[in-house]
This record gives sequence, C-alpha cells and structure tokens, in this order.
Amino acid sequence: MVAEKLVGQPLKRKEDPRLITGAGNFLDDIKLTGMTHAYVVRSPFGHARITSIDTSRARAMPGVVGVFTGEDLAAVNPLPCAWPAAGGENNMNTPRVLALGEVHQVGDPVAVVVAETRYQAKDAAELVDISYEELGTVVDAYKATLDGAPQLHENAPNNVAVRWTCGKDADEVSAALAASDVRISQHIVNQRLIPTSMEPRGSIGRYDEGTGDYTLWATSQAPHVHRLLITAFILGIPEQKLRVISPDIGGGFGQKIFCYFDMPLVLWLSKAVGRPVKFFEDRSENYLSAAHGRDHITDVEIGASRDGKITALKVDTYANLGAYLSTVAPGIPTTLYGRMVAGCYKIPAIHVNVTGVYTNTAMVDAYRGAGRPEATFLIERVCDLVAQETGVDPAEVRRRNFIQPADFPYDTGIGMLPYDSGDYEKALDKALWNSSYADLRAEQARRRAKGNRKLLGIGLSSYVEVCGIAPSKYMGAQGWGAGLWESANVRIHLTGKVVVTTGSLPHGQGHETSFAQLVGDELGVPFDDIEVEWGDTLGTPFGFGTYGSRSLTVGGTAIYKSTAKIREKARLLAAHMLEANPEDVIWQDGKFQVKGSPESSKTMQEVALAAHVAYDLPEGMEPTLEATTFYDPPNCTFPFGTHICVVEVDADTGEIDLLRYVAVDDVGNVVNPLIVDGQVHGGIAQGLAQALFEGAVYSDNGELMTGTMNDYAIPKASQLPVYELDRTVTPSPVNPMGVKGAGEAGTIASTPCVANAVIDALAHLGVRHIDMPITPEKVWRATSAR
Amino acid sequence: MGIPVPMATRIPVRITVNGVEYAAEVEPRLLLVHFLRDNLGLTGTHVGCDTSQCGACTVYLNGQSIKSCTVLAVQANGGEVTTIEGLAVGNDYDPVQQGFWEMHGLQCGYCTPGMIMSSHALLDRNPNPSEEEIRHALEGNLCRCTGYQNIVKAVQRAAELRAGK
Ligand code: FES
Ligand code: FES
Repeated sequence: MVAEKLVGQPLKRKEDPRLITGAGNFLDDIKLTGMTHAYVVRSPFGHARITSIDTSRARAMPGVVGVFTGEDLAAVNPLPCAWPAAGGENNMNTPRVLALGEVHQVGDPVAVVVAETRYQAKDAAELVDISYEELGTVVDAYKATLDGAPQLHENAPNNVAVRWTCGKDADEVSAALAASDVRISQHIVNQRLIPTSMEPRGSIGRYDEGTGDYTLWATSQAPHVHRLLITAFILGIPEQKLRVISPDIGGGFGQKIFCYFDMPLVLWLSKAVGRPVKFFEDRSENYLSAAHGRDHITDVEIGASRDGKITALKVDTYANLGAYLSTVAPGIPTTLYGRMVAGCYKIPAIHVNVTGVYTNTAMVDAYRGAGRPEATFLIERVCDLVAQETGVDPAEVRRRNFIQPADFPYDTGIGMLPYDSGDYEKALDKALWNSSYADLRAEQARRRAKGNRKLLGIGLSSYVEVCGIAPSKYMGAQGWGAGLWESANVRIHLTGKVVVTTGSLPHGQGHETSFAQLVGDELGVPFDDIEVEWGDTLGTPFGFGTYGSRSLTVGGTAIYKSTAKIREKARLLAAHMLEANPEDVIWQDGKFQVKGSPESSKTMQEVALAAHVAYDLPEGMEPTLEATTFYDPPNCTFPFGTHICVVEVDADTGEIDLLRYVAVDDVGNVVNPLIVDGQVHGGIAQGLAQALFEGAVYSDNGELMTGTMNDYAIPKASQLPVYELDRTVTPSPVNPMGVKGAGEAGTIASTPCVANAVIDALAHLGVRHIDMPITPEKVWRATSAR
Repeated sequence: MGIPVPMATRIPVRITVNGVEYAAEVEPRLLLVHFLRDNLGLTGTHVGCDTSQCGACTVYLNGQSIKSCTVLAVQANGGEVTTIEGLAVGNDYDPVQQGFWEMHGLQCGYCTPGMIMSSHALLDRNPNPSEEEIRHALEGNLCRCTGYQNIVKAVQRAAELRAGK
C-alpha cells in the first residue's frame, strides 16, 4: 500500500487544541515564584532634556521593590543596530535601555518601578517626579532634513541617519528619462503603520544567583539572535550565561524581531532586586514605543514609451526611521526596498536614492513585507500612472513589461539577487479570468457613459517579492551583521517517535503542523508521532528565527536535509538488518525494501529501535538516528502573483464598497493549503487596511494621535471582503522542496491593488493619485475638486 | 492609571467561575479580567488592548458575553462567569471550538478565546446567522492574523455542528 502523502493536504493544525481551549502559554500567562512587576515611566515629550528625576515619593509607595533610572543603568550599553546600509553613509544612534540626559520621542523609557503587583508598580510610577526642558520637535522625514529643523543627534547633521543609492548612475537615468516619449512624475506617501499583533510585547527576566545564569522569556521572533545581542552587545555577559525562551507568541508581523529595551532591562532588574521581574506592555505603550512600519515619502520620475513600456525610473525616497535606529532598520528601505523597485518588470534604467531620517517618533523597522510592500506599492502605482497617461489598459501595461519565463534567473540590475523562477503572465491571466476582467471593464464603461454616480473601479497589482532572505554571504555584503542560515535537528527516538527542533520561531504560521507534514513523508512516520520543538535557546541549535517568509524555505529545508541524512543512515542499517547489499535496499512506500522483493522490508520504527539498542550495528556506525543541519541557501526565493480588486465608489459621498477581491498567488509548492490560504487571507487584510483605513498620525510636537485602538483603525470583520483565492505553482529551483514562502505575499500585493482600484474608479475624472489611507473624505475631496 | 487609592480598601466578592464558586477580597478597582487571570490563574482569557476595543477578554457573565477588561471584579460579585476554559465538556470540544479548529479560524490564537466566546454568544442568540450577521456580531473582536474569512467559516461550521449536522 502506498501511504498517502501528508505534504499537500489541508490538515488541521497540531497547535490548535491548546489555543482553542485557553491552554496556550503566552508571555503574560507565565508566573514565576517571587515574581515582581515592572512598570516604565515614559517621556511625555517628543524631545526634551531631563533636568531632574526624584524617585523618593515613588519608593515610599506600598509594594515597591525598587525604582531605577538611566543613571543606574549608565554602564549598560545602548541597544545595537545590526544592519547598517552597506555602501552608504550610516550615522548610527540607538536607544539606551533607559534614557540618559535626553529623550527623543514620546514614550521613551526614563525610569522603571518594580513592585509586588502591576497595579502597585503603576501607582508608584505616577509619583516619579521628572523635570524636563522641552526641545524642538520634528516628525516629518522630509522636513527633518531641512536647514533649521530641530536636531536629534549630534552625529547626524540634518537628521540624516542613512544615505544610500542603488541602480544606475543618476545622470544616466536622467538622460534615459529625457529621451522617453512619455514622462510622468508623482509624489507618493507610504504612510506609517502600527503592526498591532493582538498580543502586545513583554519580557520576564530571572537571574540565578547560585549559577550566575540569566533566563529571559520574551515575545521574540528570534530568541537566539536576542541572546546574542543582549549578551555580547548590551549587558556584556557571556553568551552561554543567558537562556532565552519564546513561549506561544500572539502574532508578530515583524515587530517582535527586534531587540527592545525591556529585554536587557528585566535581566538587569532581576539581578538588582534579586527576584524575577515581568514587564508586559499595555496596548498604548506598544503603540508608542514598539517599532512601526513603512513611512516613506517618495518622488518618482517615470519614463515610458507611447505603447506603455517603462523605459526609466528615478526614485527619491525619504524613509522615516524614527528617533533611533531599531535593530535592522537601515536594511529595510535599502536592500529590501531599493533593490526591489523593479517589481516584475524589465526596466532598463533605474536609479534609487534613499535618505533615512531621524524624527521625534517611534522607531520604524520591518513590518510584514518589510520594504517590499513599499517597493510594490510604488511600482504598481507607476504601472497605473503609465496606463492612465498612455491609454493602454493597466493589465496590458503589466504584460508588456513583464520579465518572461525564459529570462530566469533574472537580474534586475539594481543589486538584488537574481529572481529564481516565475511565470508572471500565467498568474495575471488567471486573475483576469477569475475576475471576468473584460466584463468588468465593459461594465465600468457603461456606468461612465451613463453618468452613474456609483463609480466602478478595478485595481490590479502584479507583484514579486523576495523571501527566505539569505544567503549569508549576500546578506553580509548588504551590511547584515550575522549569517542568515537556519538550523534543524531531527531525531527518531527508540520508540519511533520523532522530535524536530528548529531555529524557526512560529507565531501563528503553524510550523508544528507543516513541518510535521514534511517530516512524516520523508521518514514514513505518522503525523501524530512527530513533535516540533522551538523557541528555547537551551534546546535548539542556534537559529535566526522567523521573518521574511523564511521558515519553510530556509528552516524547512534544513529539516528536509536532516531527514535525508537520517534516511540514508537508516537505509544502511536496514540493509544490515536484512542481510542485503546496501545498494539493493531502497526507500519505497514508506519502508526500506530489498529491490525486487518487497516482502523483505523494515519500517523506519524498526530501524530506529535497532539503532538505539545498538546491539548489532554495521561496522563503524554510531548508535541512534539523529541529524543536524545548518542550511544556508544559495539564493532567495521570489514568490509572485496578481491580485485584482473591484470597488464601487459613491461619487457623492466618497464611500467605498469592496465588491470583490481576487488573488492568484504563486508561492511554489504548497505543504499545507489550509495554512497557506490563511496566510494569504491575513496578509490581504493587513495590506488592504493600509490602503483604506490605517495610518499612524503624529502631531507636530511628537504626540502620537493614534495612540490607542480607539484611534488606530484595525479592520473589523464587517469591513473586509471575501477573498477569492487561486494559485499557480512554479516550483523554486533554489530548494529541494520547491517552496517559495507565503507569509507576506498577501500584504505586499493588496495595498497597491486596493489603492489602484479606488483611483481607477475616479480616473476618468482626472484623478491620478490619492495618498493612503484612502478615506471617503479624501475621495470626496478629490472628486469635488474636479 | 488614575489617582492611587488607599490599598487597604478591599471588598469581599463571591464569583462562580466555570461552575466553581470562589471567594476573595479584592481591590475595588480590580478588573474582572485580572481577577480571572491573576487571582484564579485562568489565563485563557487574554488582554489585547486598554480601551475596550479588541475583545480578547470576552467571557460570559450571567449568560451575556462581556468584555472582562471593562467590568470590575466587584461588579461580578454574586455572578456566574464562563471562560474559554469552561467551554469544553471533558474531552469534547464545544462546537464553536471544533468549528474554529476545522476551518482554520485561528493562527496565533491570541484573539481566539474571545472570538470563540463571542461566536458562542452569537449562536445562542441566532443559531443560524448569515455571513453578514456573523461579521456584524464579531465587530467587537479584532483579529490581526486571519483576515476573518476563516472565522466566518468557523462560525458557520459551528452552527452546523450545533444543529447536529
Ligand atoms: S482587552 Fe481589549 S477589549 Fe478587553
Ligand atoms: S489568530 Fe492571531 S489575532 Fe486572531
């Protein structure tokens, strides 16, 4: 009997039973004996000098264990930035654990109260008396670079944190623009977003006086990386003296990749007070001080031919990086944005200029998609602008500029690794077909001809993104401060049960399930006999964690390679057990069989038992079945697809109705379609919300006006459409499973798709662009101005 | 945060949670969600915001679904609370839990307990809701992972399971 393959099946998730019964173990669920609670006193000012701090009243409050300020932590290093922009100018300033002397954003941590209960810590925090002398503030990335703007850091004149370029020489591209028949320029703002995983961030520190060991529980997408950064760069303790544990994580979307002040703080505090210390932020603290995303101001100049071919692209972007550099901040608007602006298109002349800027706002770093959503938004708006200017249909503009299947591996010429594989036209055609595109255009024309006040808009977005970010050598050349491989250990126990430990770090993606599916097939072990372990530096080999849709492509491949090593060793042992020639023993139908005599076979479990008891092993073979792999891929993977959104816009009120959302994604081979579809759904929702609802807003003096969920528009069930999903499958040649990654595609595709749809509805009125979020008010203003 | 209140003020409460009666002396300002999580160790009920938006803290109080971050423990005095931990009977999941599992109605699982409690309350009121009714009924529960489509399907599936289908 041929066992049915697990890979490709929409299996129910292994992780769900604990999560649907309330038995998950999230950070704030953890209670340690003697645990105290930290509450942080934060700056109410966007920019100020701290003139005095008096903690005496707070110290006298009931339950208070200690009160500490930046002075107490003066010997602790600032947080590191691990990804300066390679080849550019980097004027690095990173935050201190607690501010010392000056604050640069509302929410900067200034003091901390440790008390018996969280309520007591909060009460006492009210009584920490801090005097400030206010300084000037600037929150806009462009304005911050102008002469006379308030200066945040001494080493960053005009608040410039990063200067970086890629592509062809600026003059060469200017010449190509000048030689183009069609020229368009557009100012485009990609607004600031707040990631908003439903679980905020937090950490618990425990110092063991007896051993001198520290343990950190943290809402972390990358516990090994955090251990490295905290020990080697911040606290200056030996790496092996810290254990970092990520429990169940309630969503991350990038925000939990970074190293935050509270991580070293709770460790330091635990040593200082001699008890474990928990910090768990309120939602409004999360909004104030955990990393935000996007926030670009871009001027783009486009050259095109009359038939819609893009001939030149000149991009000038101001990227707001906030008050300091977050852990990987400079890499996002450079490598992951600048080098991806070509999208799916062959564009002969591109120049990108990026200025990363300090402002009196929260730090900005990777948020779901990280650079690629900004790049895709730009190039997909460019396609529609070209369509509008030339009169060529938007679908046709894309088709005419696509990189063709025969062109792969394809080098866009702007410093990205070569795109691995793709068939962009196939995905486009499928999306056009699934949406009945021609009928939609006909209906749009009819409505326009009749002067119908319900305007129909059709938006397209053909995207390509880069996933499984690696190889280490490339990333090192891009300024990344470490490798970017992934680890996996797979072992089969005596009883035939399998334990997989991975350096990946699931926080909603269902790795326990997908990884078990792939291991089950490779080792011939039932799905329920496989346990995937993760998230503890004590139990897993060094790994880089989960972000950049790298878990299956890099982490999964490491697992796959470990299973292959085990299978080969087990095959040799099986041959020994069957008294057959190793060359004659093959893996077939989930068993080791002697070629030609299938009745002579051994199961993996039988071999595992023999390997463990080790009574009779072939000469020189070590006991047990176990393998570890550190996998550094030869290239990234490049998922792609086309999304189409249909909207109805009320010309009188500006109200936008989402009629349809059609997505065709190509993420390579699919391990669990249920999980992949879920990733796409959630991604679309987040990207769509950027187009229509979300935006972080600061007042000029640096106050976050969207500081709670009351003001920041996380979409609700009633605001979102039904997603009509479909796929094409173009396996990636980069890894043996042919997978490409699916975590970010939806977010990357949907923002320009929805924005294009709304603008398309108004195109015949002469509207060319509206900045996001495209609210009814903005639509109404754009139309009533005509 | 507000003005510190004298810590000495403690009020006795008796609250029945998942069928078990608990007696405690609590500060008047103690939120029901913190009573459940910190005093009783029922950490299935989550906190996702500080402005009553997210619904991660949804539980039943006296037969009604409420946001337990918006109710004081003292207000629940004498009341009956059901939390996510009280939904399954033995090893049998509640149909709503089953629906969420089958339809992949959760990813990170942080919103899930609140989502399940709200969906449960919806099905109590309306055993056969339309898609629009489901989306409307869940407006007080935010999910950042799923984009809601599979949550809608999960509730539809739960409705079927409750009807014995
Ligand atoms: S915790 Fe968000 S509504 Fe209660
Ligand atoms: S499943 Fe993560 S917030 Fe809903």
